[in-house]
Amino acid sequence: MKTIKYILSCFLVLGCLISKAQTPKGSVLIKNATVLTVTKGTLENTDVLVENGIIKKIGRNLNAPNIQVIDASGKYLMPGIIDAHSHVALDAVNEATAPITSEVKMADVVNPYDIGLYRALAGGVTISHAMHGSANAIGGQNITLKHRYGSSNPEDLYMKEAPRTIKFALGENPTRVHGRGNGIQPRTRMGVDAVIRNGFNEAIQYKKAWADYENALKQKGAKPIPPQYNSRLETLADVLDGKIIIHCHSYRADEIYALINTCREFGIKNIVFSHVNEGFKVAPELAEYTMGASVFADWWAYKFEVYYSTAYNAAILMENGVITSINSDSGELIRHLYHEAGKAQRYGQLDDDQTLALITINPAKQLGIADKVGSIEEGKQADLVIFEGHPLSIYAIPQMTFVDGVKYFDINEDPDDMRLKVSASEALEPIFLREHEHRCMHGVDFFFTNFGRNLFNHSH
Amino acid sequence: MKKLLYSFAISMLPFLVQAQFDGEFVKPRTGKFLLQNATVVTVTKGTLEKTSVLIDNGKILAVGQNIQEADAEIIDCSGHYIYPGMVDAGSRLGLVEVNSLPETQDYAEIGQVTPNMQALVAVNPNSVAIPVTRVSGVTTTLAVPSGGLFPGTAALINLNGYTPDQMFAGFKGVVLNFPSSARRSTWDRRSDEDIKKEAEAAQKTLNDIWSRAETYYQLQKAKAELQYYPEMEQLAKVIAGELPLLVEVNAASDILSAIDWIKSKKVKAILMGVAEGWRVADKIAAAGIPVIVGPMLSIPTRQSDRYDAAYTNPGKMAKAGVKVVIRSNDAENTRNLPFNAGFAAAYGMGKEEALKAITINAAEVFGIADRMGSIEVGKDATLFVSTGDPFETKSQILHVFIDGYRVPMSSRHIKLYQEFLERSPGLEKN
Repeated sequence: MKTIKYILSCFLVLGCLISKAQTPKGSVLIKNATVLTVTKGTLENTDVLVENGIIKKIGRNLNAPNIQVIDASGKYLMPGIIDAHSHVALDAVNEATAPITSEVKMADVVNPYDIGLYRALAGGVTISHAMHGSANAIGGQNITLKHRYGSSNPEDLYMKEAPRTIKFALGENPTRVHGRGNGIQPRTRMGVDAVIRNGFNEAIQYKKAWADYENALKQKGAKPIPPQYNSRLETLADVLDGKIIIHCHSYRADEIYALINTCREFGIKNIVFSHVNEGFKVAPELAEYTMGASVFADWWAYKFEVYYSTAYNAAILMENGVITSINSDSGELIRHLYHEAGKAQRYGQLDDDQTLALITINPAKQLGIADKVGSIEEGKQADLVIFEGHPLSIYAIPQMTFVDGVKYFDINEDPDDMRLKVSASEALEPIFLREHEHRCMHGVDFFFTNFGRNLFNHSH
Repeated sequence: MKKLLYSFAISMLPFLVQAQFDGEFVKPRTGKFLLQNATVVTVTKGTLEKTSVLIDNGKILAVGQNIQEADAEIIDCSGHYIYPGMVDAGSRLGLVEVNSLPETQDYAEIGQVTPNMQALVAVNPNSVAIPVTRVSGVTTTLAVPSGGLFPGTAALINLNGYTPDQMFAGFKGVVLNFPSSARRSTWDRRSDEDIKKEAEAAQKTLNDIWSRAETYYQLQKAKAELQYYPEMEQLAKVIAGELPLLVEVNAASDILSAIDWIKSKKVKAILMGVAEGWRVADKIAAAGIPVIVGPMLSIPTRQSDRYDAAYTNPGKMAKAGVKVVIRSNDAENTRNLPFNAGFAAAYGMGKEEALKAITINAAEVFGIADRMGSIEVGKDATLFVSTGDPFETKSQILHVFIDGYRVPMSSRHIKLYQEFLERSPGLEKN
């Protein structure tokens, strides 16, 4: 009995520790900035007071004793930049062994030591959506990360308030990996549609089996056998129930339109199309039936399905009322999403607030976190960036980046080496000439017809 | 049966009659143009307010304030800016159409030693990416072959013309991929030892090839009868000083080796890539070798580097006294050259130097500064008009002239915008 008590008290202590273990929250008073709220216009000479990770007050002449004051006179303050499609901080990207791998979770492969996190912070990015790759029609479950660089615990990076999301992929990538690489469905766009439909219908049957079992349990004296638990179908059932947002890698208008129709048929409303180079061709449909489109600013022609693209995509989508964001899908691009968004001003002349929305409130909407982040409003989480120069100018330089009010990047205190961990297995520090890890097709190069050939090219 | 065919043909006639083209296609056209009342950023002679530029027969005929030319087509440029065309000193534009499709890749020939492969031959004047690029003010690009040790001969092209020869802008150079001790990417799983071995082997191959080329050149000079050996013939031109060597080299230690190698071979060389140039900037400056650096928008070469190592690289080299040219090293997005220069400008290089790095410096390094790189009387009329600083994404590029040709401000990207901004039918077909 004594032992049991001892064990119980141990659990109690452990429980307290777990419940107390939380990510750091900071307090800071940023004075005299030009505040780009994104949702409520631009406020000149304005102070923003952050207490315990939350934006407490926005106004003039704010005072708060015992809170660190940062003078941002002549500088711009904007919400932390959000990347709706990224693979930074992931140790693995593709589980390419089946056309549906919805049981896989990217939360299991988060690498908090990835220097890419710090580089993203240095570009003002506070949140990224760490996604499964595009090898499968239905890929794994993604994880929304707050860039709390410095922790060695992957869970510290999770944005626990963020809803669940899953990766889907259409077109060349899944057909190349499975149909052409492995000789199994899908090899065509009709195959991709069929794989997704099959998945949904199996999930409906699975749900029904469980519902039948639950009903049978209620019968007097019944001893029904429970259906076999299936993590893959469990996840798809949650997609059908609207508990998981689909983020779908897509390029061509026909495949986008097809999945819109399929989702409507299955009553799924929570879908965001990602990359979506030909989204501009089905902009009215995207506006009406989806949670929007997350696009590249100007990437095209790196494969055939993006040959008929236009850099005016974001502008056309925005003008048609589609919730639009600009994503990176790259450990390089993620560092200057403010510049990528800026291109929407060359190609389509969006105004400043529309343009800033592309990398703040709009990706927040697509990740289901717009009530918490994505704009500078009282009560929201204090993910903030201070810029020297307007963030949409090519000459803009991020100065400080805050997550939950905690400063994770300061250009004036930026040491040369920001690694958290030095690899003991490397005799000399390796020199890498190009960035290639953080991308959609990582880990599936083997399936490509020209193995290793496109080393210096994009292949998303 | 005959009757049936006949009646079918008759019934198709109305369709044939209707099958005619809609609208008008705007072609590039040359002539006499007066760009009036602009702020002219000459690059070499300062910035001139309220100034006009007269273009005639492909050349800049006059730059001044009171130019009256009744027979010129007048383009009002009040409130706008005139810049010389931007030069991307390293690109695959025109050599590839769709990057993942081997059928459309014409930048990498089979073989390690193929310096005789002429990039100019493979340039497709009708590539869709060319109009996409030039409406951004990038008027001139260096088409660079890649792969292998000596992958071929690069050629400078203007982005207007119907044949490669019409596009040729007067510079060629033989590319050498200097043996690399770096990893190609984070995806490169070779062991440190293997990398070292491969680099040493490549260095030996390079030296063997070169001594053979020197022999070939000596024999050639002695008017010996030589067998057909196109690779050596091309390398001999480098040794003779007719063609410079474009040396792609990135890691700091490799840059130093390359400098020594270039000195020992007494060839005219330009360094390309130069990702770690900032680490050895003084040495490059002392060697007096110009660099073509880029892309700026890339991650640092080492995990331990400052996050902005690539952004600050050209500024640091310029400050050390290196002649710096900037490239995008892109293909379809060569139009991002001004943004590469803009990042270099913001991170230490300054606007003026960064602009030189994609105009006059490129022209000087390519030996064509008498014709290109600035707005001066007598130079080629390769220039553009913009609403503001072309490095800023907000600026709109209004007019582009290449070699005196006014090119249409259209591209497939713009046409798709025009068609789809307001789609009809919209959501429903009524």
